[in-house]
Amino acid sequence: MVQTLETPLLSVEDLHVTYDTPTGLVRAVSGVSFELGREKLGIVGESGSGKSQTGRAILGLTAAGGEVRARRMEFEGTDLLTADQPTMRRVRGAGISMIMQDPKYSLNPVMTVGAQIEEAFLIHSKSSKRVAHERTLEMLRAVKIREPQRVYKAYPHEVSGGMGQRIMIAMMMIPEPNIIIADEPTSALDVTVQLQVLAVLDDMIAERRMGLIFISHDLNLIASFCDRILIMYGGKIMEQCTADNLHQAQHPYTRGLLNCLPRLDGGQSELSVLKRDPAWLETTGMAE
Amino acid sequence: MIDIRGLNAVFGHGKHAFHAVRDVSLTVDRGQSVGLVGESGSGKTTVLRALAGLLDRVARVDGEMIVAGETLLQHRSREFRRRVQMVFQDPFGSLHPRHTVDTILSEPARVHRLDRIEQRVVNALEEVGLDASFRFRYPHQISGGQRQRVSVARALITDPEIILLDEPTSALDVSVQAEVLNLLMRLRHEHGLTYVLVSHNLSVIAHMCETLSVMQNGSIVETMNVQQLRDHNPTMPYTKQLMTASLGYDRAAIDAFEEFG
Repeated sequence: MVQTLETPLLSVEDLHVTYDTPTGLVRAVSGVSFELGREKLGIVGESGSGKSQTGRAILGLTAAGGEVRARRMEFEGTDLLTADQPTMRRVRGAGISMIMQDPKYSLNPVMTVGAQIEEAFLIHSKSSKRVAHERTLEMLRAVKIREPQRVYKAYPHEVSGGMGQRIMIAMMMIPEPNIIIADEPTSALDVTVQLQVLAVLDDMIAERRMGLIFISHDLNLIASFCDRILIMYGGKIMEQCTADNLHQAQHPYTRGLLNCLPRLDGGQSELSVLKRDPAWLETTGMAE
Repeated sequence: MIDIRGLNAVFGHGKHAFHAVRDVSLTVDRGQSVGLVGESGSGKTTVLRALAGLLDRVARVDGEMIVAGETLLQHRSREFRRRVQMVFQDPFGSLHPRHTVDTILSEPARVHRLDRIEQRVVNALEEVGLDASFRFRYPHQISGGQRQRVSVARALITDPEIILLDEPTSALDVSVQAEVLNLLMRLRHEHGLTYVLVSHNLSVIAHMCETLSVMQNGSIVETMNVQQLRDHNPTMPYTKQLMTASLGYDRAAIDAFEEFG
């Protein structure tokens, strides 16, 4: 575990995200607190658990109609709750950047790959076009793209899903952020490609000593990829543990999730089914 | 029960032809559950669609397919369509959004001129663990797991012998996946159903099937007993790599990955 004594990169205390809808107030996130150091932190949960909403709230990307409240949300001395738009624009990209699930929807379809990576670089640095071009090719090589010159000129529809996601990583890494939030970055990919993309991300995070928030529904993947895990359900953190200890997790929700997974080397006996207990959501604060 | 020999499927013509399925042979015994695994584009779904007769006018299909003694011609008989049903991946896309559950379930019964339609609808819902109050709801009023239960009920309503399952749980949360997999297992035993299950998830296949075939670039590269998979002992390098990958993130193993193609 990489829990260090230095001050955390990001601190979130008692985060709430609510949406006022015609059918009443929806509490997407209620009372989430955590700190992120230079480590790989996994947030795992089922759909509707609030894991993506947590990631979006940090970057101020909560959809219109949503309200974000927190006791504290701080990134390297910047208070993300009170920051004005110009400050937030500097934080996004150069401070914290985000990799989304599907490169097909998150890359600009009418811009070449090279132009969009360059744009991400130039927005955060006063370099010349020539330097940007150099850096972009360097970055494409860093994410293990074999023919960077060709890919530089390609459009997003001309590349495969795995390559698209590596391009996303290149684009998010080029302004040299300290934190990457990756929201299901490889869920749309085949399993071998998924792991190859994660290896690229893993190496870069380690090399640049960054912090990563990895959001996923895949317990096994998170347990094998991250250092530390938060398990979310119904907008709350049910439990947190180090990745090595996930299989010894105590909370009945975590146990339930682990038990309902079919196993490669398991038998064909009936899978246990998760029984949800309303009491899980009644506890305020978080279970340590 | 199912005997496929030398199946080929080609989409498009001339320069743009894409050979999606290459010389695939597959045998499934009555009451057996067989898995087809592979990565996207490996042709696993195309095999299922060829079997169901969903490729007419879309692809050129040749090869021999015998299902329950009936040699399949280009035109499937009504009886074949009753005996062989299919459940699709996405319960959001495969149920008509403006039809109630009742309409969705009674349509196949009407098409096949079955009697006691109302009773069949209620029974089918009960079989999949939904009470009769679901009959007059629309797909958007029920959850993803309940929708997939409705898809299974729709397949059951014609009293089929074979169900073709195309990634039936990959759009669902793991807790809901467990419920749907349990349901499929129970129905199979109670009705003596034969399953062909397509999935990219080796654990799901290991849980549901007795034998499995691994597909890559349109061909079956390996057919094995599920025990071989459980013992982590596949023969072909491609299957080994797929298995290693499905066990989770292992930085060292990834560097040893090869390109197959």
